Amino acid sequence: MNVALFVPCYIDQFFPDVAISTLELLESQGLSVAFPEMQTCCGQPMANTGCTADAAPVARQFVEMFSGYDAVVCPSGSCTSMIRNHYSEYFADDDQRFIKLRDSTFELCEFLVDRLGVRTIKGRFPHRVSVHSSCHGLRELRLGACSEQMVPRENKLRILLESLEGVEVVPISRQDECCGFGGTFAVTERETSVAMGVDRVQDHVQSGSEVLVAGDMSCLMHMQGLIRRREMPMQVMHIAEVLAGRPLPTKQTASAAR
Amino acid sequence: MSIALPIVDHPQAAKDFVNNVPRSHWHDDSLWFVRTKRDRQAQSLPEWEYLRETASAIKRHTIANLPDYLQEFEANAIRMGAVVHWAADAAEHNEIVLGLLRKNKTHRIIKSKSMLTEECGLNEFLIDNGIDVVDTDLGERIVQLRGETPSHIVLPAIHIKKEEVGETFHQHLGTRKGEADPQVLTEAARGHLRGKFLEGEVGITGVNFGIAETGGIVVCTNEGNADLGVSLPRIHIACMGIEKLVPRFENLAVFTRLLARSATGQPITSYTSHFHGPRDENSELHIVLVDNGRSRIRDSDTFRDALNCIRCGACMNTCPVYRRSGGHSYQATVPGPIGSVLGPTKDMKAHKSLPYACSLCGSCTDVCPVKIPLHHQLLAWRSELVGKRLLAWNKRVGMKAASWLFRHPRLFFTAGYTARVALKYLPKSLTHNRLNEWAIDRDLPDPPKQSFRAWYAQNRNVAKPEQPE
Repeated sequence: MNVALFVPCYIDQFFPDVAISTLELLESQGLSVAFPEMQTCCGQPMANTGCTADAAPVARQFVEMFSGYDAVVCPSGSCTSMIRNHYSEYFADDDQRFIKLRDSTFELCEFLVDRLGVRTIKGRFPHRVSVHSSCHGLRELRLGACSEQMVPRENKLRILLESLEGVEVVPISRQDECCGFGGTFAVTERETSVAMGVDRVQDHVQSGSEVLVAGDMSCLMHMQGLIRRREMPMQVMHIAEVLAGRPLPTKQTASAAR
Repeated sequence: MSIALPIVDHPQAAKDFVNNVPRSHWHDDSLWFVRTKRDRQAQSLPEWEYLRETASAIKRHTIANLPDYLQEFEANAIRMGAVVHWAADAAEHNEIVLGLLRKNKTHRIIKSKSMLTEECGLNEFLIDNGIDVVDTDLGERIVQLRGETPSHIVLPAIHIKKEEVGETFHQHLGTRKGEADPQVLTEAARGHLRGKFLEGEVGITGVNFGIAETGGIVVCTNEGNADLGVSLPRIHIACMGIEKLVPRFENLAVFTRLLARSATGQPITSYTSHFHGPRDENSELHIVLVDNGRSRIRDSDTFRDALNCIRCGACMNTCPVYRRSGGHSYQATVPGPIGSVLGPTKDMKAHKSLPYACSLCGSCTDVCPVKIPLHHQLLAWRSELVGKRLLAWNKRVGMKAASWLFRHPRLFFTAGYTARVALKYLPKSLTHNRLNEWAIDRDLPDPPKQSFRAWYAQNRNVAKPEQPE
């Protein structure tokens, strides 16, 4: 299978280890993975602000860049949903190239579980972990069951996470409440966004978890920013890093990144 | 005729409520409690999702065939002895109601809860015309006594603490100062309202459902105030949005099962009252059918499904923004997700900040019992607003610049490199100043040594590496 790695722009620039972990995970499944090197962004920031005319050329560039692969894999539910659920307005209804790309673009855990049939990842992560279910992965990609709908669904992130040796997943009180990132919402509605984020982190802290794990680095970037500013006792990790065997970051390793 | 409304600045209007952390948490917890009650009720019905699907299909069918069903409803209502009035907008609605009161030389009315009359500003209009208006829903009465507006469509006084209700009742109803026992306060309101019920000359109610097949209307309350309010006076005026119809009597079963479960987590409202014509030959039932912008929403492929709404308020209870910013921050009759969809249909400019008062989490869409794609409609509003140049100039330019940068990969790589270097070497006072809205409350990430693409070029690829690294 000819797989392309779609790395969200902010992950490429600020969280490269999330992308490296994703690449390693895919390679460990015996796949040959290409990174189309001129990729930038899927256009979601513009689209979510309502600037569809500015998002359109970015979307067309994306399809141009990623056509011709059997699968496109992305370590973000939100960016994957942009392609799958929101790109259609930029393309003709019968644009076969777009349709093929849309139907072969996957979020990382979804790709591993649904497309490759992986149920177990070899590795150890001997920590108490709590899961943040990022909204777009949950409610737009349906990567798990959400609390609003009465529809049972496998949780793709948890299947993989719980297969690691030594991991203990602890429950939080509000299993799928939004962290308040919301793209430009984090800035335009700063006060509400921050209140939502602090409440989310508190919930994870009270669960006794050591590390908050999610499938979207954007939620984690927001919550990590709040954690550090307030010196809250919590670490964050992207699911790709956990599955790829990265250790829990300590204060030393966090500052060694500098 | 439309009057320009004042422009709502949601972030500004939310500030005080959000930043009062104990109060914001108390409000959040109260509504989350209702949301979890709703979850338990939904979980108890294996057919929950089937009901939602069916309700949505019935509503879409009804809205698609609305002219026919309205005529059927009118004919049947008249046959049952009701008088049917048609109002194109709020002003016409208010005039019709006032006309009926004048004709009957009435000065005192008792009202049960109706979001439609709130939408039309009926209370203020009648009071300005010398009519004594008494809201009989407990929550509505509390906000009325305080000179406020409801902050929630089902729980109008959810933003008010019981101690504050005690203070209001002490001032207006003469309860003991400092009284905060809900039982005592409710008894006091009950006693006070009983007198008002007996004095009332005309009863006004809203309508939860109109049945085209029978010409009957259904009003759901938990306090029985609608029943008492229309049983004592001779005249009942029912104010009804044209989207409230269901085609057949049997359709009601679907909606009554969904409504109270979604709204408050009860299996059914305490009172589900059916009115088929006036109660006897000496009485009158007037039904005022109101459009007030609904036909315009019906014309829109994007927003039509918003007419499915049965005003259960579940989208408010679940909305993490609403729970923390409070209903009044929306400065609209209907707040929360559905209010942010409906507000701009009335006045796009006045409500331009509401579609952005949303993190696009999608919880409202999944909780909605009639499957309105609320968060997608809010997203759709954003592009309508940008199309009408109602997004702030700096944000439009910012997004244009971002789009341009993303289409020039090499410049994007350089910009990322520059940002990482700046974050690494500039003092925190420069990178985290007040101009950086993100960093007022949050630290920026530690800048990594290199981007992923630079790492990839070094470790996996033969192609040219990112330039400066």
